Amino acid sequence: MSEHPDRLWRNPEPRAGYDVVIVGGGGHGLATAYYLAANHGIRNVAVLEKGWLAGGNMARNTTIIRSNYLWDESAAIYEHALKLWEGLSAELDYDILFSQRGVLNLAHTLQDVREGSRRVNANRLNGVDAEWLDPDEVRKFCPIVNTSPDVRYPVLGATLQPRAGIAKHDHVAWAFARRADELGVDLIQGCEVTGFRKHGNKVIGVETNLGPIMAGRVGLAAAGHSSVLASLAGVRLPVQSHPLQALVSELLEPVHPCVVMSNHVHVYVSQAHKGELVMGAGIDPYNSYAQRGSVHVIEQQMAAALELFPIFARAHVLRTWGGIVDVTPDASPVIGPTPVDNLFVNCGWGTGGFKATPASGWTYAHTLATGKAHPLNEPFALERFTSGALIDEHGAAAVAH
Amino acid sequence: MLLIPCPWCGDRDETEFHYGGQAGVPYPERPAELTDEQWGEYLFVRDNPKGEFAERWSHSAGCRRWFNLVRNTATHEIVR
Amino acid sequence: MRLPEGGRIDRTKPLRFTVDGIEHTGCAGDTLASAMIANGLLTVAPSTYLGRPRGIFAAGVDEPNALVQLDDPMQLATTVELVDGLAATTLRGKGRLTDEPDAARYDKRNAHCDVLVVGGGPAGVAAALAAGRTGARTILADEQRELGGSLLTENRLLDWLADAVEELDALPETRVLTGTTAFGYYDQNFVACASKTRLWHVRAKHVVLATGAHERPLVFVDNDLPGIMLASAVRQYVNRYAALPGENIVVATTNDGAYGTAFDLAGRVSTIVDSRSEPPAELVNRARELGIEVLAGSTVRQALGTQRIGGVRVGDREIACDVLAVSGGWNPAVHLFSQSQGKTRYDERKAAFVPDKSVQAQHIVGAANAVYDLTGCLDEGFSAGIEAAKMTGFDGEKPAAPYTAREVITDPHPVWFVDGPEGRQFVDLQRDVTVADVRRATGAGMRSVEHVKRYTTIGTAHDQGKTSGFAAIGVIAQLLGAESPQGTTTYRPPYTPVSFALLAGRDRGELHDPVRKTPMHDWHVRNGAVFENVGQWKRPWYYPQPGEDMKAAVLRECRAARTDVAVMDASTLGKIDIQGPDAGEFLNRVYTNAFAKLKVGHCRYGLLCKADGMVFDDGVVMRVAEDRFLATTTTGNAAAVLDWFEEWAQTEWPDLEVWFTSVTEQWATIAVVGPQARVVLAIVAPDVDCSQDAFDFMTFKDAFLADGTPARIARVSFSGELAFEINVDGRAGARVWDAVMATGLPTPYGTETMHVLRAEKGYVIVGQDTDGTVTPQDLGMEWIVSPRKDFVGKRSYQRPDATRPDRKQLVGLLPTDPDELLPEGAQLIAPDTPLTPPVPMLGHVTSSYHSAALERTFALALVKGGRQLIGRTVLAPLRDRTIAATITEPIFYDPEGARRDG
Repeated sequence: MSEHPDRLWRNPEPRAGYDVVIVGGGGHGLATAYYLAANHGIRNVAVLEKGWLAGGNMARNTTIIRSNYLWDESAAIYEHALKLWEGLSAELDYDILFSQRGVLNLAHTLQDVREGSRRVNANRLNGVDAEWLDPDEVRKFCPIVNTSPDVRYPVLGATLQPRAGIAKHDHVAWAFARRADELGVDLIQGCEVTGFRKHGNKVIGVETNLGPIMAGRVGLAAAGHSSVLASLAGVRLPVQSHPLQALVSELLEPVHPCVVMSNHVHVYVSQAHKGELVMGAGIDPYNSYAQRGSVHVIEQQMAAALELFPIFARAHVLRTWGGIVDVTPDASPVIGPTPVDNLFVNCGWGTGGFKATPASGWTYAHTLATGKAHPLNEPFALERFTSGALIDEHGAAAVAH
Repeated sequence: MLLIPCPWCGDRDETEFHYGGQAGVPYPERPAELTDEQWGEYLFVRDNPKGEFAERWSHSAGCRRWFNLVRNTATHEIVR
Repeated sequence: MRLPEGGRIDRTKPLRFTVDGIEHTGCAGDTLASAMIANGLLTVAPSTYLGRPRGIFAAGVDEPNALVQLDDPMQLATTVELVDGLAATTLRGKGRLTDEPDAARYDKRNAHCDVLVVGGGPAGVAAALAAGRTGARTILADEQRELGGSLLTENRLLDWLADAVEELDALPETRVLTGTTAFGYYDQNFVACASKTRLWHVRAKHVVLATGAHERPLVFVDNDLPGIMLASAVRQYVNRYAALPGENIVVATTNDGAYGTAFDLAGRVSTIVDSRSEPPAELVNRARELGIEVLAGSTVRQALGTQRIGGVRVGDREIACDVLAVSGGWNPAVHLFSQSQGKTRYDERKAAFVPDKSVQAQHIVGAANAVYDLTGCLDEGFSAGIEAAKMTGFDGEKPAAPYTAREVITDPHPVWFVDGPEGRQFVDLQRDVTVADVRRATGAGMRSVEHVKRYTTIGTAHDQGKTSGFAAIGVIAQLLGAESPQGTTTYRPPYTPVSFALLAGRDRGELHDPVRKTPMHDWHVRNGAVFENVGQWKRPWYYPQPGEDMKAAVLRECRAARTDVAVMDASTLGKIDIQGPDAGEFLNRVYTNAFAKLKVGHCRYGLLCKADGMVFDDGVVMRVAEDRFLATTTTGNAAAVLDWFEEWAQTEWPDLEVWFTSVTEQWATIAVVGPQARVVLAIVAPDVDCSQDAFDFMTFKDAFLADGTPARIARVSFSGELAFEINVDGRAGARVWDAVMATGLPTPYGTETMHVLRAEKGYVIVGQDTDGTVTPQDLGMEWIVSPRKDFVGKRSYQRPDATRPDRKQLVGLLPTDPDELLPEGAQLIAPDTPLTPPVPMLGHVTSSYHSAALERTFALALVKGGRQLIGRTVLAPLRDRTIAATITEPIFYDPEGARRDG
């Protein structure tokens, strides 16, 4: 009855050195390792994971996949990701349960409507599928949304990306891990990086609890822990780590056909394949590495959910949990070199990392293989915080997702 | 739900407060003399330690005063 | 069947109920599960995935099988209190949400106490008694309907318990919350507790966790057959509910605990199968006295039967039975302890994860602390209660124990699984996961229990692993050849499921986000206004007259403002009273333009930017006195601007003597706009000389209105027309508005007309024409950026990106077809741009309207290098058509500004 293959990965001992060492065995690290091997033929690669593979945000997100971002740079990389998602089960020979059931972003104020319309128009011209739905069309697409005009913040319309949807996060991580392992990548769990070996301004390896491991290039892919690792190499990142909570209900008969997100009422919810409602809360405001947040954030989330979905009133929260999101000032990621030679960073995905997984891995692998940015990640370099050329996606990321 | 010690009002629930991030990052005295790198660092880069963190809070739903405290970001313990 | 005597049910109060449509009768005091057992119903819906027959397995929150649908989509039969007319449907793993409205009202209550005791078993009751007697504010929360915990299962110390309950009720500072589950333990001793319709937020100085322990199942072949139940559950059904699940019982155990079940059911128990080669002699002898055979050093290898257990195979023997009572040992219920960040360690002797170190101000006692003898539980409870009270400033004596017999608990001998078909040895009953599934996971390369959980789904069902979690850990350890279990998955709130409605509480409907209304709101309602939500405020959007659509109404309102006189309720604008000798200096530092030298009695428009130089808010500032200003903000940003001011004043410039007070709701504001505005003012404020010579633009006067109301009248204009703002005490707002309307002259207008009028003049709306990426220079407002003084964010304009010539700049647009309205949010491209994605975009339309004054449509837009493109044509490609427009200066009406004087 298992949906998973009989063989996933070896559990190798680390070797003395690798061409590329990726620090962080989450979705992005595993995808990077896979594309390094598959796209660039670089197989002498280790992924070092402090805990268990894909046990951080990869295991904790609400699995929403979409590419309907406002700015050209974002739309390009997320749409590249979406195209990769569409072929991923076949490429990795593992059913990642990618369900393109459509994502609605609801508008509740006239300004929401303007912004939604702006995004739909930009998406179309960027080759991202996008539609504007009026309240009647919203009701037809998702009958359980409360589209009554009498609620506190009535639904005035919504953007719809039909190709967007959800996938099963563990399957995704394990699929990348399995293929990377097959291609020769060493996935080393329980291996915590405690420092960097440097020669002048050049990183030549990492110190770990399992001993030193030399590396031609080192790529950080540690999400919420990026600042901690980068600081070991003397690099400060424009990133703050915050708790982000999510929750699931009990298993329910199918009731919710798509994904609904609302910035204004602060909800994002889907129903997973097994039947549980999966819902994310807002970011807790304070810095934290504790992977847990405050209960009032969950309570607010429930109140918001019932505003939009009265039918959920009797559902139960079965489990809540928290991840650590690495948030940048413009809510866009950082992918590229650091001021230290041979040290690269891929971080700052904040609440949006899961959906980017394949493109993040694709472009980061290119960057680690060539030492140069891929055109898709070039705009996401650290330099933008000096020049001021930010890619401000706060609108798209106003609620966590 | 953190319990935050406002120096003026005493211990209050987190919901009464507004978070202000790292403490002790003053506005540069002469911004015009900074390089773009230095100005960008002031604007966008803050410490993000795992462990004790000196940070700012404002008792926004109470006395509205800003104050600093030291909190452990790994445990949420308020150290001082 | 129901025993004729005993139990804590009330046989004089029969309750009718149905399960899957069939009617039965239970008693007051029953749970649904005990009533089912009393009616001979042990079997519930088949298993979720494999469809195997399943029965009631436990007696509490750890039940994996007996899921039922009531009004709620999923409940446990073991925790549902029986009420008359209850209609339950057994569930095969999935519940169903219905549209049926829920009439219950859910609320929340904050409670502060000195000592919170969680768990009302012997240890918890002892702790609450000890603490409560000192006078400490004590709360005792227990999930069950009545206090007692294991005492009720074991029929022990019931008289003491009754006295204790009475005393707790009488203690003035002690509150007992039964039927209330502490489900979440958060930072700084914040514990969330749920009763049926009330959510408690308890902040405790000290917490005593007396959360008990959960009995573990045994894993063997076909261990999922109905009739296999936890030994403590069998005992509880019999002793507490007088509900007998079977007549011929075998007990299988790894520990002492299950002997009590056998003894209490003596006469119906044939055999005890004990994994230990030398069970305690005292227990063995007692069993033999009661005619029970003890098979030491033995384990049940297989359950026999198809629909219900008919026997067990132990070694080569088959022993007939209709119930198998199992005990695989005990897990301290460390859920809340772990949530509170307490650390556990594996205790080899007790074969369990036990509390190691508390992090918060807390004790953990009794079975939750792996203390299983009653004397020990009581002693720990009393001690913890007294210590907790002392730590919170109270004092008292440790109460005398009601029971002091020495009970020796012998170590268990755990059995993780047996030789035999692993695909029929169930680890997680609800998820249908077997030892074979776990072996597949470890074979695939998985080592971490978290991975195995995810691979197999063990522990992810409704019970969140309360019975399966530890069984899985043991199986994994054995499969990987580990010496002992390697750690648990993380315990997360909630301990038991909590309904969405309870967590939402009353923050629903109208109370979801409080509605803010101006003093004139009722007039707007009476006069047919259509409202717009702006922030939390309801603002009139437009006032349609009979037969008018929005377009017609707005054109009419605009025309009135441009040609006659119109009024708007501007009360929602944020207002901040700024006082202190350094107020002017402060404003100089936060606004892009200068305020220090503004004359008293004068007004000035100001722009606020964040440190990154991006436009944040705008508004008019009046200088009321040398040391006093009144700043207005946009409606949505009032709180944010006040916070911004406070932050800079307090954290950066504490040397400045300046203070801020929000006065948004203290003032009501009426904008009187149009060439005939002076006529209205002459009636409403006859003592004020509003003539051009006497009342300069951008000045204000304090005066009395015709009815004596004190008012502050300002000559400011957001429309380009002659305009006055009448500011009065909020409490006078409705009266003054009535007086203005009673002149019979003005047309009321809403936010849409306001937007059209300002757009015709090229005035921006922050948040509509800006989006956090726009500088004042981008808006063509260099004039408001002081070259002389420094202000927050000024340095940002020197950054390379801020000086790019192709930044997006505010421009006007005139559609080629004057009737064609550009949709707001339309993207703009250069003519002849191929429509092959990605299509290079120049910018987008931020505001777009029909203009009465221009008798055509027009728009504002942000366009890359837009000011260099004035006169050029751009295209807005839409889904169904493309609109061409000419780029213009962002001002369409009265560019000379001649109309502001009337």
